[in-house]
Amino acid sequence: MSDAKTEILEKIRRAVDGRGEDRAAEYAAIPRKYRQSGTLERAALLGLLEERLKGYGAGVSRASRADLPAAIARAAAARGKSRLLIPDGVPREWLPETMEFVTCDSGSVEGLDKAEGALTGCAAAIAATGSIVLRHSTAEGRRALTLVPDYHLCIVFAEQVVETVPEALRPMHEGGVRLLTTIAGPSATADIEMTRIQGVHGPRTLDVILAE
Amino acid sequence: MSVRVGKADHAPAFPGAAKRLMGNTQVRQNVRRATDTIRGKRAKVVAEMADWEELREAAHAIKEHTLRYLDFYLEQFETNCTRAGGQVHWARDADEANRIVTGLLQGRGQNEVIKVKTMTSDETQLNVALHDAGITAHETDLADMIVQLGEDEPSHIVVPAMHRNRAEIRQIFLKKMKLQELGDRPEDLAAAARAYLREKFLRVKAGFSGANFAIAETGSICVVESEGNGRMCVTLPEILITMLGVEKVIPSFNDLEVFLQLLPRSATGERMNPYNSIWTGVTAGDGPREFHVVLLDNNRTGVLADKEARETLDCIRCGACLNACPVYRQTGGHAYGSIYSGPIGAILSPQLQGMEHSKSLPYASSLCGACYEVCPVKIDIPEILIHLRGKLVESGYPPLAERVAMKAAAVALADGDRLAAAQKLARLCQWPFEHEGQLRNLPGMLGGWTAFRDLAAIPKESFRDWWAARSGGKNA
Repeated sequence: MSDAKTEILEKIRRAVDGRGEDRAAEYAAIPRKYRQSGTLERAALLGLLEERLKGYGAGVSRASRADLPAAIARAAAARGKSRLLIPDGVPREWLPETMEFVTCDSGSVEGLDKAEGALTGCAAAIAATGSIVLRHSTAEGRRALTLVPDYHLCIVFAEQVVETVPEALRPMHEGGVRLLTTIAGPSATADIEMTRIQGVHGPRTLDVILAE
Repeated sequence: MSVRVGKADHAPAFPGAAKRLMGNTQVRQNVRRATDTIRGKRAKVVAEMADWEELREAAHAIKEHTLRYLDFYLEQFETNCTRAGGQVHWARDADEANRIVTGLLQGRGQNEVIKVKTMTSDETQLNVALHDAGITAHETDLADMIVQLGEDEPSHIVVPAMHRNRAEIRQIFLKKMKLQELGDRPEDLAAAARAYLREKFLRVKAGFSGANFAIAETGSICVVESEGNGRMCVTLPEILITMLGVEKVIPSFNDLEVFLQLLPRSATGERMNPYNSIWTGVTAGDGPREFHVVLLDNNRTGVLADKEARETLDCIRCGACLNACPVYRQTGGHAYGSIYSGPIGAILSPQLQGMEHSKSLPYASSLCGACYEVCPVKIDIPEILIHLRGKLVESGYPPLAERVAMKAAAVALADGDRLAAAQKLARLCQWPFEHEGQLRNLPGMLGGWTAFRDLAAIPKESFRDWWAARSGGKNA
């Protein structure tokens, strides 16, 4: 008796009998006439991202780069947070001195569960869909950091914002894909009568600071 | 090899099940309300995409290409996943897949597993196999949890508890979570689920998921979800097992840009679902230390072999065809007797399972074409339904009387004189059933038609007779 892999592959080869020889050329010929880049000006782009994020129930504020620490302090205070977890790679110049930050690249999940929230950067943001892309690099932290705590404060820089999904995802491919998470608002469900409810297992509150 | 699709083996035929469910006004109301909501949202976010048709074209072409070279892409996926620290297993059928998963968990002393929604494990009835092996499976998707705690069956691909309303869900939660009090707002119910599952997310060391996409080029898996339960299941446990049908592989990372635009808008009417998780093998310091992928055939290769129905395997399980289908919207999902319900279920279930089962499903459609219109990967479901009906007829189904009637109709319709004779005969035979120009309560198999509506009687004079009399028998 042959093993399962051999048997399944054999069945596939019999089933697709008569195909062409040049797989790569056939793949390259797939029509991709959909939009692959955006057309919006910077201001409109940021405006669209803000509108979409708010549509999902995320909090959005704007700040200049120099004002970032104060903006973080304001956003956290508005949610009653004074002590946030951060990944090791968050630049120290982001951080307001009035708050406590704890680096958390290892340690127990229980610790994350008890935390007030997490502050991270991101890899990209997509205006058309209101999504934030995390690559889990040093400024974005391991995946559990932006998942287990009930509050996520995410810094998005204006130059990280693109309009379309292809513009955001293609660069993520460079250097190999290990981990990638996209976030569109706080966790949510529509499983009960198709009513969108905000806040299930992931962070129930997402705040975004758009920094220019 | 034994192919099994959920409990479809023992399901009653569609017409009987549908008739029974049509009597359940609560289910019909729940399904109608939910599908109306989701259709409205979908239409709105699809309309704002100027390139929707181009995305559909690309998705269809990507899937078609992948299926033709499926062996290549599966092996490429295996190579890249293995290189990244994952282990790939191949399963010919449901039992083999269940044995692999059960064996992996038992071998690591795990007697609990947290699961993120996957239709594929419903297909293999994994939870039953786990239960028999003494392993407790916790469904963590809110709707799956409602179905599991309610000892129920899923009725929709994306929203498995669509047939339940908030009051019913509240009752299930009160009883099964042993709660003293609980509100009935959706927010209260979601909060109860959060509290109930949080402890399990933090404690259970084994996770199980399906996959929306497996990327051959990188060996990565992509899981699309909303609640964060998926992220929990694929991130927090020490060991993760992912099971997927072999058709879920896509060639390149860049193909995701097509599907991640089509899927959320089609499935839940959102521009993007709250969370997408993509991971490749294992990553030190982040997530499970051990990762297994089970690639399931369960007769997908059989579907692949039928060129005219092959595109059934293009399906990305968005559920848009269910919400659009006038038949599904009346009966709900349970009438289909398969975890795959609605138009896609009507073509997928009989093909996976073999045509001797679920014979009635290809007929559970009026062929109106709404499913094709909304399908994000352009599966021509009506064409495949007709193709499958053709195969059924060749295999001796439907019953003899109907085939004889169809043959007789073919003979009569082929010739004008024969048609005229048949009409005369029918006029003679219809008198016992005629009442003011309508036919009621026809006998035998024709009764199915007149049970719920009247049929216009054949008039005293046919058009041919009238024309012949008017023109004096001469052609104008």
